[in-house]
Amino acid sequence: MNTANKPGAITTRKVKDSFGYTLIHIISFFTILPIIGIVLYIIYNGAPTLTWDFLTSMPANGMKAGGILPAIVGTLYLTIGTAIFSVPLGVAAGIYLAEYAPHNNWTRIIRIAIISLAGIPSVVYGLFGLGMFVLFLKLGNSILSASLTLAIMTLPTIISTTEEAMRVVPERFRVVCGSLGATKWQGIRRIILPEAMPGILTGVILGLERAAGETAPILFTGATFFLPHLPTSPLDATMALPYHIFVISTQVPGMPLQIQFGSVLVLLIFVLIMNIWATTIRNRARRRRQW
Amino acid sequence: MNEAKIAIRNYCLRYSDGVQALKNVDLDIHPNAINVLFGPAGGGKSSLLRSINRLIDMADAEETSGEILFNGKNILDKETDVSWLRRKIGMVFSRPIPLPKSIFENVAFGLEVAGEKDKDAIRATVERALRQAYLWEEVYDRLDDPGNSLSGGQQQRLCLARILAFEPQVIMLDEPTSALDPVITARIESLLQEIKKDITIIIAPHNMSQSARIADYASFFLQGELVEFGEGSKLFVNPQDQRTQDYVEGRFG
Repeated sequence: MNTANKPGAITTRKVKDSFGYTLIHIISFFTILPIIGIVLYIIYNGAPTLTWDFLTSMPANGMKAGGILPAIVGTLYLTIGTAIFSVPLGVAAGIYLAEYAPHNNWTRIIRIAIISLAGIPSVVYGLFGLGMFVLFLKLGNSILSASLTLAIMTLPTIISTTEEAMRVVPERFRVVCGSLGATKWQGIRRIILPEAMPGILTGVILGLERAAGETAPILFTGATFFLPHLPTSPLDATMALPYHIFVISTQVPGMPLQIQFGSVLVLLIFVLIMNIWATTIRNRARRRRQW
Repeated sequence: MNEAKIAIRNYCLRYSDGVQALKNVDLDIHPNAINVLFGPAGGGKSSLLRSINRLIDMADAEETSGEILFNGKNILDKETDVSWLRRKIGMVFSRPIPLPKSIFENVAFGLEVAGEKDKDAIRATVERALRQAYLWEEVYDRLDDPGNSLSGGQQQRLCLARILAFEPQVIMLDEPTSALDPVITARIESLLQEIKKDITIIIAPHNMSQSARIADYASFFLQGELVEFGEGSKLFVNPQDQRTQDYVEGRFG
């Protein structure tokens, strides 16, 4: 006996349907509630501190006054340094896995390694960086060591998104390229890679955004408590926004709250800009896409 | 009679999933003529086309044997430069597949990957190829529009122009008009009649009537075997093999 055939079943189903719909609405609202709360709270408390002077001057009076210029510059340097190492390597690896890698045990191991790499806690990367770059390769506590450490942490994201972006480009384009006398690499470089580029860029930006916001990997490898001047060489240690926030919120007694909130707001805006940038690239590419 | 442009000798092809796509095929492709391959789906027509320009390399062919002689040279040799081969033997697919580029770039692509750097030469060749495919008049003022902004019939002529650009000796077409209306189909057929003066055509039409209409030479494929080969005017009127006769008369397929 089918319940749907009973009189009144349709109204019951309609009620159930709209109840479920409302419930899902309420639940999804709860998921964005904390984000809205945090962002508003930080903007409310940090906005008054956020002046041009705060962004462009050195800290003063034991960091209790002045600006956060060296932390901003340091985070920029670290992000650029991370990109220099992770983007070419990650994109090349992604292209290899998507287009060239045969299906054998060797590439299976590579894939497992990439997935494992993505699951490692960031503090472990920090300790690895300390052992590998700072001590063993004697690069010291430096922008270079920290960038290399962050680059390794970012690699899995960049490799996976590149591979995925290449794979979604339809196979028929590869066949057509081949049928027109293009070598495999010519087809990839002229057609497949340009089509995959927006997806790759999105992955790169999201990976770098994570690197920019991390504290643990740079804690032992390149971040410093305080620097009276801006770093001048890749072998200098540097201040960085996330570590600076950690320091001023836990290590400096009597730290004015508005400076803490101001610093957090700057990091939040930095990360938000990268996020919006990535989303814009993706949306624009989707509109232009011809397949 | 002219010597065969392409001579297929005892050619066999098996895919890695065990399917024997072609069995002991012996076939001569005649120069400056329309050579029709026909027969029901799964007969091996597409597989044969893809073997002739070695596009089969991109699929998972398990084993091939025999010879495919193009101008007397076996193109199944490992040393064959497949890029060179595919410029000599162009291919049009059943669905038009414009590259995600402009109309101009679609036609210029084959020249550029062949190493042509001279912008003026490319421009001149693109115009020549588009004119040859009777598409120039419709697109000359919007060459920078995306290739897929064209209608289906225009896209298929674009794909033809793309191949004509590098002056191939042979053009292969795999069900080229299956997605097109009768008017456009007629235009493409007359276009083929036009270019066969200079270029050898191999075509696998998607239906019997087209096969009979355009064939100078025809070969009937059934389950990987070449059943019968002959001049189009004779084969469709008076087939020798019972299976060909049954198919031509519409008793199966």
